[in-house]
Amino acid sequence: MYFGLSEEQSFFQDNVRKYLEEYATIDNIKHIANGDEKNLSAEIHQGLLNLGINALLIPEEFGGLGLDLLFAAVVSEALGGGVGPIPFIAPYVMAPTAIKHAGSKTQQENYLSKIATNEYRFGVGFTEFIGKRNDAGITFSDHSLNGRAMFVLDANDATHLLLADEKGQIFVVDAKSSNIEIVKLTTVDKTRQYSEVICKNLEAELLENSSDSINPINQAIDAGRIMLAADSLGASQTMIDKAVDYAKERKQFGRAIGSFQAVKHMCAEMAADLEPCYALVWHAAHCHDHSPAEARLMACHAKAHVSEMAKGIAKKATEVHGGMGFTDLLGLHYWFKRIGLNRQILGSPELVREEAYKTQV
Amino acid sequence: MDLEYGPEYQEFTKEVQSFCKKYEGLSFTDGSNNPLGSSGGSGGPKMSRSEWQKTLIENGYFARSVPKEYGGYGGEADILKSRIIAAEFSKSNTPGPMGGQGIDMLVPTLLEMGTKEQKEAYIKPTLHGEMIWCQGYSEPNAGSDLASLQTKGELVGDEWVINGQKIWTSTAQYSQMCFCLVRTEPDAPKHAGISYLLIPMDTPGIEIRPLVDMTLKAGFNEVFFTDVKIPASNIVGKRGEGWAVANATLGHERGSLAPPDATMNRVNMLMHLMKEETLDGKPLIEHPIYRDRLMQIQGKVLAQQSHALRLLSAKLNPGADVKIGKMIQKLTGTELRHELEGLAIDVMGEIGTLYENSPHLKNDGTWQFIYMYFLGLIIGGGTSQIQKNIIAERGLGMPKEPKVEGA
Ligand SMILES: Cc1cc2nc3c(=O)[nH]c(=O)nc-3n(C[C@H](O)[C@H](O)[C@H](O)COP(=O)(O)OP(=O)(O)OC[C@H]3O[C@@H](n4cnc5c(N)ncnc54)[C@H](O)[C@@H]3O)c2cc1C
Ligand SMILES: Cc1cc2nc3c(=O)[nH]c(=O)nc-3n(C[C@H](O)[C@H](O)[C@H](O)COP(=O)(O)OP(=O)(O)OC[C@H]3O[C@@H](n4cnc5c(N)ncnc54)[C@H](O)[C@@H]3O)c2cc1C
Repeated sequence: MYFGLSEEQSFFQDNVRKYLEEYATIDNIKHIANGDEKNLSAEIHQGLLNLGINALLIPEEFGGLGLDLLFAAVVSEALGGGVGPIPFIAPYVMAPTAIKHAGSKTQQENYLSKIATNEYRFGVGFTEFIGKRNDAGITFSDHSLNGRAMFVLDANDATHLLLADEKGQIFVVDAKSSNIEIVKLTTVDKTRQYSEVICKNLEAELLENSSDSINPINQAIDAGRIMLAADSLGASQTMIDKAVDYAKERKQFGRAIGSFQAVKHMCAEMAADLEPCYALVWHAAHCHDHSPAEARLMACHAKAHVSEMAKGIAKKATEVHGGMGFTDLLGLHYWFKRIGLNRQILGSPELVREEAYKTQV
Repeated sequence: MDLEYGPEYQEFTKEVQSFCKKYEGLSFTDGSNNPLGSSGGSGGPKMSRSEWQKTLIENGYFARSVPKEYGGYGGEADILKSRIIAAEFSKSNTPGPMGGQGIDMLVPTLLEMGTKEQKEAYIKPTLHGEMIWCQGYSEPNAGSDLASLQTKGELVGDEWVINGQKIWTSTAQYSQMCFCLVRTEPDAPKHAGISYLLIPMDTPGIEIRPLVDMTLKAGFNEVFFTDVKIPASNIVGKRGEGWAVANATLGHERGSLAPPDATMNRVNMLMHLMKEETLDGKPLIEHPIYRDRLMQIQGKVLAQQSHALRLLSAKLNPGADVKIGKMIQKLTGTELRHELEGLAIDVMGEIGTLYENSPHLKNDGTWQFIYMYFLGLIIGGGTSQIQKNIIAERGLGMPKEPKVEGA
């Protein structure tokens, strides 16, 4: 029995972490957020592609590394820790998972092998299957899609998109089609991309095994949720580390603020809240591949619980920094906002907990 | 990640299951007057608590790694088997072994630091449930600041003479023995002047006054010592080393206060209750606000259960960094259990306030009782605030509180 990360997983995670420390410096993150260095994000992305992040979940028969979701989770954790300004969850986790479960053999071959070689990059828009807001929604008839998908992940530089209708059918569409309009949404989190996608008689290919089962889309959503939980886990740990370091250095009233019990207890609470989240996220990722009966429940709870803990940590860690925490200069807000987005994307805690309940009746 | 225990353990699990089946519904001939164990079930075999303890030991389901010569089973320490035993008993309708401060704290301490004579004299009767212990640490002026304790021990000839007062001493009124912290070196610095003594509770000069706690049970006591004389050899460790001995036992206590599997059993019980009880004609579980609160807590408990697996794995595979992971257990475990029991009261509303033998009481009033009981555990064994100090200072390396003159 071994509950934890393998040497390979820790090693890979370290590599991603070190890479981000070197290239996704706070100055670079600022440039990317302000939109004044167009190529920087692509360069950082390329560096991580060189490590193989696109091929983690692709089966070996299609040229990938054939690793399990826990491997992707530790990468996601590192990306959250360094507010990695690159697409990851949609193109390299949700899309491969969806295609693996929903695609026919031919579709798997067509798409998975090209994700592995980085010829194809997918954005993913499943929001309306989880919770349809206002007049959004996609309908399918006559081999084409009409309607609007909101909060499509990583659509901007994508070659293809996966979109879903309310029934959970999954479609592949060409992101460069003239029948598609991709509108950039500006959120508080400027480290990642979110879009609105409008389809007008857009030609679409149905992933065959999603026509009569919602299992494939749920698999992809579960995987995405575990990644978001892992991202928030990493982001929260960084915020705690920064708060603790700051509290040891900063002096007021003639002593380090970290010696005031009010500050100390905020830090202890953050650590106590976060520590069990490691095990929950790892366990959920493990169940996703190896324990189908618990998989959905674990994924939902990982997403909801880590979101709740992370929200509290984002607030307290900012407070420990006093006025500095509130500044753009320090840049702590990038982590605060990333945690904020992770909480809402693919289902806010209340929605996800309701799904957790439904797996038990 | 590998959550399989392997074939040997599957076999072992089956053995434990069939043992539990055999003794299903076991009840005790000596009733529920013993405060340290479950009150047993009904419809199954009958025996005394002590016989049950012995049966469990013979089969290796209790005191598994305690050497035979001291009354244990004499098996190899096997963390997975211990976990399987605990898990299977908690799933079954068969009472587990007795717990309490003697079994959970004193026995491990003696095994680690006791003399051969002490091990021979005390471990066996303690394991058999025939010798109950209380923990004499806290005093009226030494609670969180335990090391400031003042109960005095003087070596006169070959006897310790003890004078002073302990308070909050759980189960003292039922106990045969007390493991007690006493200041024996008045001139040494605070932490270096304490010794760990073993005091028979029937020694002349001991007066016990039960204290009723908020659950309306006499859960703890005041214990007064007036010229209490015990043999000089009733000391664990050396003179003045009691603080280190005590800290070893505190570690044993903190891990065992609120195991997440037990909390998950209560979550499942609450889910069941919410399906049975109705509000405005609808089961409680169908009221979205209550349902969401239950799901919130279920998520927290799942996180703690997964965390417990991580800590278990760290015991099996030394080297994993779980320093903070261990420190948070007492804080998070007791707080969560208290929160869960409180949720049950909230979902029941007015019915949740019924107590003792009231009509309409649900689940024997356990929700209300445990809600209060766990507030006691949040305070006892190092308060939540003290736990946070420990996490911050020893876990996160934050600066210590500046020293106050004379403290
Ligand atoms: C939006 C905003 C607007 C502001 N506008 C103005 C303005 O117009 N004019 C102006 O002069 N200032 C202004 N300020 C500054 C503000 O008053 C300070 O930020 C605030 O007093 C905290 O001081 P600090 O930032 O130095 O944090 P610090 O004092 O370094 O505090 C850091 C952390 O330590 C904690 N801490 C510090 N001392 C203790 C203690 N003794 N006990 C327990 N905890 C302690 C704090 O609570 C905080 O969590 C503004 C700040 C903000 C955020
Ligand atoms: C149900 C129960 C059973 C118990 N059983 C036993 C037993 O069997 N044997 C035994 O010896 N003792 C026992 N105790 C005593 C227990 O260990 C003490 O109650 C506990 O250590 C707190 O001490 P105190 O009650 O003196 O509170 P105090 O130490 O006076 O604390 C009062 C408040 O001040 C806070 N506080 C104190 N110091 C600090 C600090 N440095 N920083 C921040 N906050 C601080 C505390 O957190 C608390 O909120 C039991 C207690 C309870 C409630």
